[in-house]
Amino acid sequence: MFLQDGGAKTVQYLDFLSPGLYNYWIVIFLMMVGFYIVISRGNLVKKLVGLNIFQTSVFVLYISMGKVEGGTAPIFGEGFNTFSNPLPHVLILTAIVVGIATTALGLSLVVRIREEYGTIEEEDIHAQEDESL
Amino acid sequence: MAVTAISIVRMKNLFAVVMMGGIYSLLSALIFVNLDAVDVAFTEASVGAGISTVLMLGTLALTSREEKQEKKSSHKIWLPLAVCIATGAALVYGTLDMPLYGDPNAPIHQHVAPRYLTESIDEVGMPNVVTSVLASYRGFDTLGETTVVFTAVVGVLILLTGRRRREKHEPTLEELEEQEDEV
Repeated sequence: MFLQDGGAKTVQYLDFLSPGLYNYWIVIFLMMVGFYIVISRGNLVKKLVGLNIFQTSVFVLYISMGKVEGGTAPIFGEGFNTFSNPLPHVLILTAIVVGIATTALGLSLVVRIREEYGTIEEEDIHAQEDESL
Repeated sequence: MAVTAISIVRMKNLFAVVMMGGIYSLLSALIFVNLDAVDVAFTEASVGAGISTVLMLGTLALTSREEKQEKKSSHKIWLPLAVCIATGAALVYGTLDMPLYGDPNAPIHQHVAPRYLTESIDEVGMPNVVTSVLASYRGFDTLGETTVVFTAVVGVLILLTGRRRREKHEPTLEELEEQEDEV
């Protein structure tokens, strides 16, 4: 499908003025910010906040894929014929609730780590581990 | 949203970081409303901006409020940045084949979504399609979600009650040793 008219479409995609792919790039930017926080910061709470940013960017990706030009929210009512795709909405509803559950589990792990080591900085924890060896 | 995310990277005060996380979540809820996903926006505003911020603040109360000032060695900044830019570039390259924003002919709108939109009013009878898909067509997803939440709750309870038992346990051991010493 994409191969047949690939040439013409690629030209269209590379046109930076068209809003066609802008939503994906926003998502990628947010995703990379979250990823950067997770891999570069040593503080465990901050890592979890980064993970949340990453997660929300994925939500935005799904929801923006479900958007139909000129559509409304998928609730039946008089005078509306075009609806956005309800399937991504359902999946992301599930994902948000699962996300909060995993965040809660991560935070309780942080609390336990703090009680065991007295710190929530990754470096300090590694240092204490090395000392005990 | 992008500005909020960047400010989270820069800030050291964890309290402010958590607050910015809440603002970020609320902004994403606004975006969801704009993208016609009102149910998702409700959930994100209440769960993402509300509960998760409260949980984070609770954790901060039990731990510490300030992030430690790290000594900035150059490889600690540039290596993650390079990894992020490389990954981001690969993802942007991947988007070049993606359907355009709002395109009604995108593959995602061709599979099961038309059936949900045309027949759920007869088959399930709810005007809100998201509800009927969530509770009826994809009911097993919701069951799985409930299982995950249950497991997480059990995990949190085990982690947080285990410490209390140990706190109670440790003094008694010391007391026993003292008693032995006295004997």
